[in-house]
Amino acid sequence: MKVTMTVNGTQRSGDVEPRVLLVDFLRTNLALTGTHVGCDTTSCGACTVLLDGEPVKSCTVLAVQVDGRAIKTVEGLAQGGALAPIQVGFHEEHGLQCGFCTPGMMLVTSALLERNPNPTDDDIRWAISGNICRCTGYMNIVKAVKHAAQMQSEAAKAPQGAAVAGGGE
Amino acid sequence: MFPAAFDYSAPTTLAEALSILKQRGDDAKVMAGGQSLIPLLKLRFAQPALVLDIGRLPGLAEIKREDGHVRIGALARHVDIERSKELAKLVPLMVEAVHWIADPLVRNRGTLVGSVCHADPSGDWGSIMLALNAELVAQSASGERVIPVDGFFQGPFTTTLRPDEIATAIRVPLPSGSAGGSYHKLERKVGDFATVAVSVQVELDGRKVKQAGIGLTSVGATNLKAKKAEQALVGHELTDEAIAQAAKLAAEAAEPKDDIRGTAAYKKDVVRVFVQRGLKAALARAQEGKS
Repeated sequence: MKVTMTVNGTQRSGDVEPRVLLVDFLRTNLALTGTHVGCDTTSCGACTVLLDGEPVKSCTVLAVQVDGRAIKTVEGLAQGGALAPIQVGFHEEHGLQCGFCTPGMMLVTSALLERNPNPTDDDIRWAISGNICRCTGYMNIVKAVKHAAQMQSEAAKAPQGAAVAGGGE
Repeated sequence: MFPAAFDYSAPTTLAEALSILKQRGDDAKVMAGGQSLIPLLKLRFAQPALVLDIGRLPGLAEIKREDGHVRIGALARHVDIERSKELAKLVPLMVEAVHWIADPLVRNRGTLVGSVCHADPSGDWGSIMLALNAELVAQSASGERVIPVDGFFQGPFTTTLRPDEIATAIRVPLPSGSAGGSYHKLERKVGDFATVAVSVQVELDGRKVKQAGIGLTSVGATNLKAKKAEQALVGHELTDEAIAQAAKLAAEAAEPKDDIRGTAAYKKDVVRVFVQRGLKAALARAQEGKS
């Protein structure tokens, strides 16, 4: 079946069997390998992508289900070479060790910041509760999200043209 | 992992979907959000010849108050329930309970109706719907029928839904007096199935119980409705003795098995404790005047 979707702002098409999972379509057909396959059983969140802005587990979505819809992967976070605030946050606060869960963690938390620009620690912990970090770097992940939230709110307050690196999209 | 090959159809009208099911219902599985079905397909526990995706049918995502009940369409996701101001006001038990279902990402895809039709005895919604005395609306090419959730579950992953039917909505009756509910769940980690969970809803007439609903998760071949415990409460005040008696009857109704999450005896006792806590919480909420 032919599927067409917007991936990181660009329209992409492919011819797939109905049984092809979204994560496999992204990784194999589109060569976007930033989306990871972890548990492959809807438990770990390594395969998280944004579907029309909401985080979902792409190992539990068929590519044909998202025909006509918009997907954002970790490759779509940085804009024009400038890191997104959430990426800066993970860098500055050491929000990753091995990095395997990081794409999912960053996408979940960037969606959180869209809905809730000033999340509490509790809000952040709830938001990432479907994503597992095997290095158990949760403390730093929470700090990273707070860092990003702060960067975003400062960028929003700053006058036009004085944006922090990659502030906003 | 990937599923065995299947045909896929995503009709855009209900009539078309029902006509496909009329022809191929026996070999087909209906899919809404896919959060239960896709894992089954990947593990090849299910190998349907056809997956009928109802995700593109119009008008099924609504949560709407109607005469005497609130209607939740087959495409209303867990997250829609979580954010529904109407449900928070009308059936707060559902909004409280939804936080216990899977994890936030699964809640962005999975649906209430799909979860009930999946009929996992460890599913949360089944016992909540049993406690609330909800009804399913099922449609087929030959018409519509209403199926009480009590009696809908036949066994693990088995229901009375016919192969040519699509469950298009659930109707949750609205309480007429002061009412309150609660959901208690014991789980090892976020997103895990319940070791035990108990759903409770009570409706009061003055100080006496007019109606009581108690649903049990993960302690039988299906979600269970603890009818003897419910009946024992009707017409009585929720005294400590009445609550303890209902909790004992509910624990007797549970049929858990030993497994990695706990022994049968332990789970029965958790049922007893959760029914007690649940009834006390439900009583407090009903007395606050929250429905």
